[in-house]
Amino acid sequence: MRHIISLLLENESGALSRVAGLFSARGYNIEALTVAPTDDPTMSRMTLVTAGREEVIEQIKKQLNKLIDVVKLQDLADGPHIERELMLIKVRAEEDNRPELMRLSEIFRARIIDVTETSYVIEVTGTGDKLDAFVAAIPNGLITEVVRSGPSGISRGAKGLTI
Amino acid sequence: MELSGAEIVVQALQDEGVEYVFGYPGGAVLHIYDAIFKSQAFKHVLVRHEQGAVHAADGYSRSTGKPGVALVTSGPGATNAVTGLATAYMDSVPLIVISGQVPTPVIGSDAFQEVDTVGITRPCTKHNFLVKDPRLLAETFKRAFHIATTGRPGPVLIDIPKDVTDPNVTVSYEYPKSIKLRSYNPAQAGHLGQIKKAVELVTKAERPMVYTGGGVIHGEASKELTELVKHMNLPITQTLMGLGSYPGTDKQFLGMLGMHGTYEANMAMHECDVLLAIGVRFDDRVTGKLDQFCPDAAIIHIDIDPSSISKNVRVDVPIVGPVKSVLRDFLRLVKEESWTGNNQLQQLWWQQIETWRSRLCLNYDRNSSKIKPQFAIETLYNITNGELYLTSDVGQHQMFAAQFYKFNEPRRWINSGGLGTMGFGLPSAMGVQLAHPGKPVACISGEASILMCIQELATCKQHDLPIKIVLLNNGYMGMVRQWQEMFYDKRYSHSYVEALPDFVKLAESFGHVGMNLERPQDLEPAMREAFAMKDRLVFMNVIVDPEENVYPMIAMGQGHHNMHLAPERELA
Repeated sequence: MRHIISLLLENESGALSRVAGLFSARGYNIEALTVAPTDDPTMSRMTLVTAGREEVIEQIKKQLNKLIDVVKLQDLADGPHIERELMLIKVRAEEDNRPELMRLSEIFRARIIDVTETSYVIEVTGTGDKLDAFVAAIPNGLITEVVRSGPSGISRGAKGLTI
Repeated sequence: MELSGAEIVVQALQDEGVEYVFGYPGGAVLHIYDAIFKSQAFKHVLVRHEQGAVHAADGYSRSTGKPGVALVTSGPGATNAVTGLATAYMDSVPLIVISGQVPTPVIGSDAFQEVDTVGITRPCTKHNFLVKDPRLLAETFKRAFHIATTGRPGPVLIDIPKDVTDPNVTVSYEYPKSIKLRSYNPAQAGHLGQIKKAVELVTKAERPMVYTGGGVIHGEASKELTELVKHMNLPITQTLMGLGSYPGTDKQFLGMLGMHGTYEANMAMHECDVLLAIGVRFDDRVTGKLDQFCPDAAIIHIDIDPSSISKNVRVDVPIVGPVKSVLRDFLRLVKEESWTGNNQLQQLWWQQIETWRSRLCLNYDRNSSKIKPQFAIETLYNITNGELYLTSDVGQHQMFAAQFYKFNEPRRWINSGGLGTMGFGLPSAMGVQLAHPGKPVACISGEASILMCIQELATCKQHDLPIKIVLLNNGYMGMVRQWQEMFYDKRYSHSYVEALPDFVKLAESFGHVGMNLERPQDLEPAMREAFAMKDRLVFMNVIVDPEENVYPMIAMGQGHHNMHLAPERELA
């Protein structure tokens, strides 16, 4: 089953490689990983997407908690949560394609953020499924480049992952 | 107090109460060595290879419970230390390894003797640090010692670039009295509700069994363990790492379990209905085939490390906490219940165990004209009254020692269990001997293992370490040969150790005493003579039966009940 795990990490050099190294050393599956500092500059927040049998996920969480740099861990799959992913997509946008691309952007609440005579860069935010659907909706052959951030996640409700 | 980075390194070690530092100088640690030259803070032991430094610190730590300290230079100094770190990490030994690094401005430029030490050692340390500012040194040392020695212990490496120890840059120094890390809080006690559940299971068990490991030794819980096992009249087995935390000569002790465990220990594991696992990690050499492991048992697991629980084997009652406090609570609850035992059932279970024990699975040919390795260990045991600090290398001799030398106290049996590091025995014995001056220390080894760190004979001479080396010389990498005999149709591929040195001359060339022993009847008098030389290292080259195998044996992928016994005692 897919799990999305949130981590608060000490903002130390090497903290990211400890997490990444753990996954490669123990043969765990890692689908996506995002990390950036938080409002507290001494800590980073990481969102990590993995999949596996429940016993494996349990081990992953224990092993992550064992890392000295991991301050706190939450498995967002344990409760209601929100996931968002950012995608930047560059498409060929010549005269006859433009209306269709603009229509699609509107439907997906995407934004065109760069325009040249022959191209658009479109920004889309949403769940992974929505981004997949947007990519699938772009007419064949128009996509030049796709960049996805990997999901960031947060739990619903008033409680937060803080120390 | 204003100190340079190099002086801080020395002062911090002194403030931690470090007695010995095992090290080898080099370019990146020259400032530190200069500070050591001017200080009386601790004794520095010059080794002959950095692997020896880390193993020696490891032996010091395992035999005392205090953290061991090693100091190495950058590049090859650090890479040579890696085997020692991995060895200590697998067996949860608290070490502080200090490595020099090239100066911060040239890090990443492929400078002379530069290597990414924190990158290389990340997977084989509990934690590691790269210190880029002398003002951070004191706190980093405090953190390192704290992390290494608390929770599940382990090695911590501190990598220090040369400019950080510059003697011309001084900073104010005060060693922190205590430290609290928001991201690291090992459990201080077990959950009482869980302990109650465990007590209920054990008191109601018909066929209880106790299985303990290195965690009981690291957790200093031998006394509590012994009291509980005695109080409840439980049968107990131990892993290779756990030997000594329950008296090996006691009748409730069934011997070691696992691949080369005793028949009675493994059968009792297979047949038990409640398993109390304490400070263990269900290693594959212990469990055998996982889906045949303790098939009828409810399993209780006490461990300080949550990630050890249900890692390999599903556990019914997990208890996370220090084994000492958990066992205290456990025994208190048993006594509060005024439990008096389940006499009839316990009698039946003990009868069954005695039947298994009566197979005498460790018997061997005592009338052989060759020296049997088992006989050599038994003789060693007898002439030392079981009071040795015994280190071991890795292979058949290690298993024979674990089977035949009975340890009645913890921290007496020092060997590389998890990583299985050949070459560990001699350097670790140096650390043990320094920690226990005047006490008998021996290293049991094989002619293949000993050559992996033989250079440390020079360290032993320099520091007057009267270690007794008992080399069981069978001319083979014995364990490799045994597997080739059993599973590769006797194709002895590269397991014969050709061109062996003359070990007596070798020992003598280092300034030690050497002995060749070839006849069983010579063994006892020669060993007595060797141990009587209290101030000399004696190297006993014992020529043993070259094709003796270690039995019992569970082949890979088999359950505990599928043991090979020695051919003459094989099951009908």
